[in-house]
Amino acid sequence: MVIQGGPVIFNTLHLPEPWKLSTYESAGGYAALKKILADKTPAEDVINELKTSALRGRGGAGFPTGLKWSFMPRNYEGDKYLVCNSDEGEPGTFKDRDILRYNPHALIEGMIIGGYTLGAKAGYNYIHGEIWAEYERFEQALEEARAANLLGKNILGSGWDFDIHAHHGYGAYVCGEETALLESIEGKKGQPRFKPPFPASFGLYGKPTTINNTETLASIPWIVRHGGQKFLELGKPNNGGTKIFSVSGHVEKPGNYEISLGTPFSELLEMAGGVKGGRRLKAVIPGGSSVPVLPGEVMMDLTMDYDSIAKAGSYLGAGSVIVMDDTVCMVRALERLSYFYFEESCGQCTPCREGAGWLYRVVHRIEHGQGRPEDLDLLDSVAGNIMGRTICALGDAAAMPVQGMLKHYRREFEHHIEHKKCLA
Amino acid sequence: MLNIEIDGKPIEVEAGTTVMEAANRLGIFIPHFCYHKKLSVAGNCRMCLVQVEKAPKPLPACATPVSEGMKVMTRSDYAIAAQKGVMEFLLINHPLDCPICDQGGECQLQDLAVGYGGSSSRYAEPKRVVVEKNLGPLVATDMTRCIHCTRCVRFGQEIAGIMEMGQAFRGEHSEIMPFIDKTIDSELSGNIIDLCPVGALTSKPFRYSARNWELSRRKGVSPHDSLGSNLQIQVKNGRVMRVLPLENEDINECWLSDRDRFSYEGLNSDERLTGPMVKENGKWVEADWQAALTLVASRLREIQVKDGAEQIGALASPTQTVEELYLLQKLMRELGSGNIDHRLRQSDFRLDAQAHGAFWLGMDVADLNKLDRFLVVGSTLRKDHPLLALRLRHAVRWGAGMNLINPVVEDYLCKVANKAIVSPEGMVSALAALVRALAESKGEAVPAVAGNAEVTPEIRAIADSMAGGEKKGIFIGNLAQHHPRFAEMATLAQEAARLCGAKWGVLGDSGNGVGAIAAGAIPGRAAMGHQGLVGMDVAEMLASPRKAVILLGAEPEYDCHDPQAALAAMKQAEFVVALSSYKHGALDYADVLLPISPFTETSGSFINIEGRIQSFNGAVKPLGETRPAWKVLRVLGNLLNLPGFEFDSSEAVRAEVFGIAAPDPDAQARVCKLLDNRIEPVAVSLAGSDKIERIGEVPIYQADPIVRRATSLQRTADAAPPVARASGMLLEKLGLGDGGMAVIRHGQGSIVIRIDRDDRLPANCVRLPGAHAVTQALGPLFGELTVERA
Repeated sequence: MVIQGGPVIFNTLHLPEPWKLSTYESAGGYAALKKILADKTPAEDVINELKTSALRGRGGAGFPTGLKWSFMPRNYEGDKYLVCNSDEGEPGTFKDRDILRYNPHALIEGMIIGGYTLGAKAGYNYIHGEIWAEYERFEQALEEARAANLLGKNILGSGWDFDIHAHHGYGAYVCGEETALLESIEGKKGQPRFKPPFPASFGLYGKPTTINNTETLASIPWIVRHGGQKFLELGKPNNGGTKIFSVSGHVEKPGNYEISLGTPFSELLEMAGGVKGGRRLKAVIPGGSSVPVLPGEVMMDLTMDYDSIAKAGSYLGAGSVIVMDDTVCMVRALERLSYFYFEESCGQCTPCREGAGWLYRVVHRIEHGQGRPEDLDLLDSVAGNIMGRTICALGDAAAMPVQGMLKHYRREFEHHIEHKKCLA
Repeated sequence: MLNIEIDGKPIEVEAGTTVMEAANRLGIFIPHFCYHKKLSVAGNCRMCLVQVEKAPKPLPACATPVSEGMKVMTRSDYAIAAQKGVMEFLLINHPLDCPICDQGGECQLQDLAVGYGGSSSRYAEPKRVVVEKNLGPLVATDMTRCIHCTRCVRFGQEIAGIMEMGQAFRGEHSEIMPFIDKTIDSELSGNIIDLCPVGALTSKPFRYSARNWELSRRKGVSPHDSLGSNLQIQVKNGRVMRVLPLENEDINECWLSDRDRFSYEGLNSDERLTGPMVKENGKWVEADWQAALTLVASRLREIQVKDGAEQIGALASPTQTVEELYLLQKLMRELGSGNIDHRLRQSDFRLDAQAHGAFWLGMDVADLNKLDRFLVVGSTLRKDHPLLALRLRHAVRWGAGMNLINPVVEDYLCKVANKAIVSPEGMVSALAALVRALAESKGEAVPAVAGNAEVTPEIRAIADSMAGGEKKGIFIGNLAQHHPRFAEMATLAQEAARLCGAKWGVLGDSGNGVGAIAAGAIPGRAAMGHQGLVGMDVAEMLASPRKAVILLGAEPEYDCHDPQAALAAMKQAEFVVALSSYKHGALDYADVLLPISPFTETSGSFINIEGRIQSFNGAVKPLGETRPAWKVLRVLGNLLNLPGFEFDSSEAVRAEVFGIAAPDPDAQARVCKLLDNRIEPVAVSLAGSDKIERIGEVPIYQADPIVRRATSLQRTADAAPPVARASGMLLEKLGLGDGGMAVIRHGQGSIVIRIDRDDRLPANCVRLPGAHAVTQALGPLFGELTVERA
């Protein structure tokens, strides 16, 4: 695995048993926490460093982390919680799994710093239901941290108590939506809550709660240790730091690559060994299966950061880069994507429950040679009726791939309808 | 306050108001399905999407709180497009089987589809079909029609207090369903029929019997419990087809108990008496009214002359109207007899001399929601008072402390702060202990009535709870009111209420108990509390049977405290005339049966437990030769040549009762003056006993003659035939196993019945309901009984 310009997160990867507490400490781990506890650093200072760093949420939305932390009510009397979202379940995403697998202590330290800064009583890490070994490893890491008094009562003699609990999900994609995740931790059916109220005022068990992605939290020790400015300088303005990109699809070396934000896509593709078999790059889904697809030639001119991808009409998302070569039938690809959202819709609100299945069925028909000329306008219209009208973003996630495909590859769909077979 | 604008109309609203609420205040209708004013906001149907200035996407009106300067457009092209988009999604998998759907004509989806649906569908794929669910005998399902609004789910969680419905599975496969293989058994289950905006949940008894637009709607008042729920009685061809709630925020809000909703089936029962009948030479023959009434008049006159008027007694059901009860007592007293009573299930009448007025709730029904602390003494609360229990649950949900002194434990579906589970007799000692604890904690001398009662930790906790809070109440339930030591409990409740600054009252065991007092259907007190001819109470009339008995709506073998004593007294009487809507046990002992109208076939008034007069008109014509009881009694008065029976309407009777023509607010004021829970204390005995006590409640669907004949209600879980229950300790002592058969002797009779273990019951008690054919051979609802292995 190639690591460049950091490594912020995979900083133990070159060492034997990188997941061990001793390994992490040998690489400077827990220094940030110890410093904060020793200096009794004011929460305000930590948050300011985060704001300086331009760290943005790595779960997909890219919301500035420092700003999010500042929403947490400071003088609230009663319990507050910090929740880590490790419910990584979107097709194309697999970075958080590797963080749990190779450097769980970066996350744990990040969560402890978070607990300290936000005044949380406890932290929860909600781990995707389909990854068992990583769950076990995270639990072991927690035990190590507890044994070292990095967690529990009177942490490192500071008089401050904090603990982290791992919570294993059951595999539902929707539980990656932060409020569905809270419901799931509470033991209820994983269905998103409508907002407002936002979790910062009414979160886990109705208490103020901050929810961050695994990678976001795992970046925090580095920022505290080296300062926000240095982190910002790793990336580019408004897109601070490094980011792990999960490259999958038609590349020679699929895998996770931690690189600076702002690195050209072409470099990332090169790191991943280029398009498999030297074929032509046809398309890239740059941020996970829910974001609109971009044509390969567009991608080759982009840098990998939030602003650049957004400008091109897609999203950096969770940094899950799905590469497609010229053998890919876009109708078939969309059918598979639409099936996923049809299956994973929670069924709570109307447009997503009814619309996701409709989209899938129409695409399925087109793929199977039963498309009708009016189907493409229908797909566009149905996707448009879902978009922005649901309780959570899963509806948008079902609609955006359809809209993206039709925007760039409408001709292929028309060909399918007309000739009942593939153009690719 | 925030200033906002909806569709160009400005309005000022409090912070926290939603766009939907603000629009409602402006009279602007925003289409919706999942939103319901009494339920939490779910925001899942998305039908209420509206345009909000500066918002990047349409927002759900039901879930969006207003903010200062907000400009909302509910009918803009943008908003309508969003609403139509949602409607299309709702319809793609809906079967559109309106012609064969019972909801047709009263369906929110159908109504809104007219405005927001397309004339044809763009959806050409196969539609979803959902496997049917069986929710029990009351609620019919067609879950394929369900639009997943979760109103029924939220009703269970938030209002009924029990989650019996939920949303299982995910996405398009989502199904609203009960727990697997479970039915809906809540006593409030019928409300989900009203809440369902489509035809997924409909009324099983009503199914396929009429179309919504064929029905006339009449107002009515329910006689089945002391609340007096307001009814919308729906009628077709002179027959009650269905009953729905009539919204009254002060009484039943927008809810109905299943008993109020489905009892109408009893009105159309095959057991209805449709013409007068007289017994000739031991055989029942049909008679005309003239002949039957003449016979009744002459027999009554004969006994009055021969044996004295005091040999005539009248037992009236407290579910009869004020007007009927008034005329009955007037007839009796004009004949010279004061033997009239309506308190058929009561057994302690010591307070008759001690009371100042009619016992009542002690506060308005709506005040129950606002209580901080309350104590319920001796009640099967949810079953006896489904909607009062709902209000009390609401209070608990918002922080009220619920305390119980009760011989039974039930699932109250809310947090119970403290409870003392004691035998029925033990309720007296428990209340005495409460009085002592309250006095001690206030540093006052312990009142003499408290004696040396032992304060247990449970009672101490109840006292501590009741000492706090501002608004509090102590309520005597039916178990306590029917108990032979009711007077002592009332004495102690009054004392406890005084000590902790609570109001106290009775929950009331019948639909018109307060009205019966106002009507004077009680010994010694004529209408509106005036001095009346003294006479025997029900217990005395049964203990020394009268020669002639007039039954008004009562079925003594079910409705009396001691069915065996009642039956014996009826059989011993020389002449029994039963004014009844049904052919019932009276066929065995009566001499004349006169068919009278149930509450839907007559005009009249009920007075509920908060003292509210509720008058109503007949919803349908009397069945067959049936006549309203007030008319029957009026003519009987004429035939007996009694003065003052020249009424030509029930309104005229009512005006005489209240001394003023209702609905004059003064009539209500006069009734309010009559409400008085003050009593002179009676002596309290704290002697213990080691006898086995019966806990005899009246099952929810056995409460009155109409309910007992409501066939669908009789198929519910709550109507299952009673079994005996006792603690494991008692079973062991008696050498009985859980679920074994036992011989239970009580009074003169005995039955063989299954006995189940219930360790929540107090030690020396057998819980064995009364008012049921199964237990009719036994004695009174309470008292000592013996149990042996069968």
